[in-house]
Amino acid sequence: MEILEEKKNKNIGYKPILEGIPDWPVYQLSKNRKEFLEEVTQKAIEEIRLLRPSRKQLIDELETTVFREQNRIKRNRWRVDPKDDARFWSRIKNELIELSNKPTDEAGKKEEELLYEIVHRYAKEIAGTFKPRSYKFAREVIKFWFRRLLNGARVKKFGAIFRSQYTLQDKIHIVGKVKMLRRLAKKGTVVMVPTHFSNLDSILIGWVIHSLGLPAFIYGAGLNLFNISIFSYFMNSLGAYKVDRRKKNLPYLETLKMYSNLAIQKGAHSLFFPGGTRSRSGKLEKQLKLGLLSTAIEAQRNLYLAGDGTEDRKIFVVPVTLNYHFVLEAPDLIEDYLQVKGQDRYFAEEDNYGSFTLIKFLFKFFTKGSNISVSIGPGLDVMGNYVDDEGNSLDAEKRPINTREYFMTAGVVSVDKQRENEYTRMLASRVVSEYHRINRVFASHLVAFIAFEMWVQKYPKLDLFGFLRLPEEELEIPYEEFRDTFKRVRKEIYRMVDDGKVHIATHLKGDVDIVIRRGLENVGIFHLKRPLLRNKKGNIVTQDLKVLYYYHNRLAGYDLEKFVG
Amino acid sequence: MISRNLSDKPVGVVGAGNFGTVIANFLARHRQVILYARDEKAVRRMEETHENRGYKLNKHIRPTHDLASIARECDIIFPIVPSEHFRSMMKKLGPHLHPYHILIHGTKGFDITLPKGETIDTVHALSRQQVKTMSEVIREESVVVRVGCLAGPNLSKELAQRQPSATVVASPFQEVIQIGKRLLRNDRFQVYENTDLVGVEIAGVLKNIIAIASGCLSGLGYGENAKGLLISRGAVEMVYLGRILGGNTKAFLGVAGIGDLVATCNSPTSRNFSVGYRLAKGQTLKEILSDMEEVAEGIKTVQIVKKCAEHYKARPLITDTLYKVLFEGMTVQDAVDYLMRYPLNVEIDFV
Repeated sequence: MEILEEKKNKNIGYKPILEGIPDWPVYQLSKNRKEFLEEVTQKAIEEIRLLRPSRKQLIDELETTVFREQNRIKRNRWRVDPKDDARFWSRIKNELIELSNKPTDEAGKKEEELLYEIVHRYAKEIAGTFKPRSYKFAREVIKFWFRRLLNGARVKKFGAIFRSQYTLQDKIHIVGKVKMLRRLAKKGTVVMVPTHFSNLDSILIGWVIHSLGLPAFIYGAGLNLFNISIFSYFMNSLGAYKVDRRKKNLPYLETLKMYSNLAIQKGAHSLFFPGGTRSRSGKLEKQLKLGLLSTAIEAQRNLYLAGDGTEDRKIFVVPVTLNYHFVLEAPDLIEDYLQVKGQDRYFAEEDNYGSFTLIKFLFKFFTKGSNISVSIGPGLDVMGNYVDDEGNSLDAEKRPINTREYFMTAGVVSVDKQRENEYTRMLASRVVSEYHRINRVFASHLVAFIAFEMWVQKYPKLDLFGFLRLPEEELEIPYEEFRDTFKRVRKEIYRMVDDGKVHIATHLKGDVDIVIRRGLENVGIFHLKRPLLRNKKGNIVTQDLKVLYYYHNRLAGYDLEKFVG
Repeated sequence: MISRNLSDKPVGVVGAGNFGTVIANFLARHRQVILYARDEKAVRRMEETHENRGYKLNKHIRPTHDLASIARECDIIFPIVPSEHFRSMMKKLGPHLHPYHILIHGTKGFDITLPKGETIDTVHALSRQQVKTMSEVIREESVVVRVGCLAGPNLSKELAQRQPSATVVASPFQEVIQIGKRLLRNDRFQVYENTDLVGVEIAGVLKNIIAIASGCLSGLGYGENAKGLLISRGAVEMVYLGRILGGNTKAFLGVAGIGDLVATCNSPTSRNFSVGYRLAKGQTLKEILSDMEEVAEGIKTVQIVKKCAEHYKARPLITDTLYKVLFEGMTVQDAVDYLMRYPLNVEIDFV
């Protein structure tokens, strides 16, 4: 297959903004790990006590926690789970039962102890271990092997594996507000919130952060990823902390939030996927999980509360979108999505990809086309206002705003959880609209979107599920018709670009036939069944309608449907 | 209690119309109040006579003509100006506001932004992009986020006579609701809470439509059965429209919905009601408008809602029919006959 080269990427290497690793906040955290975990534990306990003020409520909460944990151990065990999980929880259970036989003051003390034990255990489990040496090692390994693979693959001669003509920068385009991000990381604390489509995101974003010369971020990664040993190794060394989505009990959630909150307060740049889990449908996230997002707001409020209003450290939220031609897990993700949407069933977090599949994928990724682009959005303050390069928040008329004032009542900074919950919702919706704005349209997204919509409109009487059951052989679009529609919709997208509503990859411009070809060749490039291709007559056909739906969804929510018909 | 609160910062009221003046008087029972009037002469008159629009002003009220000073001196401001002036007022006030300000408005109406060269008469359809509630205007024109509104059966004259009455303070922020309650509550004025800000705002606007229809029925000499029919069906239509425009059902069942609806539909002195009444007596809209001092909000509301319904492909029966009466020359009697012949079966389908 011929690969159409992207314009040579002009990304240059970025110098690190902080010279030595010992200066990095994440390193400081990890050096004082013990004290930090102790602080997380104490503050999380305070928080839990506030939420469950009476003894009875607290004991109920602990009982629920034990019950859920034991259920989880029975039903849904993972490789990463600690060996003593079952033992630990059954001991806690017994001690909880014994509580009722004890005199009140003794029971009260015991209860404190149990809560402490649970929370501390969670804190330890969540915390990452950032070790400079293994960080450097992992970084070099990734860089070295990626480069080798890339060169070996591109130049197509075995000897080329030792050349350095291509680097990862040719493969991964970083666009958007890079300079601003670097500045903001010096001015304050950055909370990066990327979209989440693939398990590969976590590694990819780690590389992006490094190559932009930023100090390592602490980042929240799904615990399920740590089941895969190769991921586990890299993630651990990149400073990841673990988010276990099976645990929904209050002590766990409060501990997790406190971990993130305190780390941000201490100035550790932080990253988490606010969608919570990979987008099942392939759509850009519309609804964000508010838990971790709220920690950015709480951390900012605490900084204001502690400061005197002159030199308060500011937190910047930076939305990022990751744009792929191809998502390895797409067929499984969309299957999940349709199942849930179809019958409202809950799906378990399962990963069918071991280390081997991933290496295979990585190899394919480097040997074939399919570039990735990462769009860095503009910095926002925790209220979702844009900031300038100096980190000053601006209103719509570019007048400066003092973010501190959002947290003030009657002249002083105050704590108001309900208010901050509302602020979190507002921030989430701002992040979502930024995603749509900084998203880059790829040719592959557009061909998928157009083909799918053209077919949908041919069957107006079918609902989504009925439509997806159509046999693929029945679907065919004459190339000319497809081409005309493509041109028309692309023009609309240009208009949206002018209005600042979306961005496009440079390869979307130019001769329409070439762009369509590029799109067709890249859309879901490594899937066994191609979502879109041309048949012998040159017409557009599909081998897998569901996967096509997945790739089409990337452009859902822009109201482009009406330009297809 | 009053003395302690009076030592706090003053509260601002922007707009010295009937409702604004009455609310300023309510607030002045708890705090110092600065009352803004656009008209400089009105400010001078208030200073001299301590009266406005026939209402005596509480001694804690200080009238002003300086919008910036309200933003400077007050953390809490109640904007109560007619909806057609609301955005221009906010454009002037907005630059002086800070994120610590709390705004609770008392304006019932929509703000519309029309495409260039169009008027409300020529535009075919309106979406929610173009039709905004007052709280949305505040958000667009300032950095204030802690926004709330007042709505309910609050006929100014009755409030001033200290007749029992109630209002809803709606806001997504508990902080705003509690401040509103603390400042407004008195032994003759009950204050309820609602978190569905947009729902409550929309309820307060949509009832104006039904108020015109109610005037029509009176004008035709119909009695209480007809009114009962209208109010109940009107409430259903409000819920239906409200959902399309972004409110929840609940807001429409409370004081800001049913409460305000019943009050307005039974109030012959209200401007909306009298428009309907005179239409039924055979006058044209032009004749009615020519001798009305203030605009009846309901006429504009009918136009906006009809065009919104067009955009969202909805069919609000009462609004559509009223539109025909107001703008397409249908007589009120024909409208009633049409509605009575209209085949309907399910009574309530939203609970």
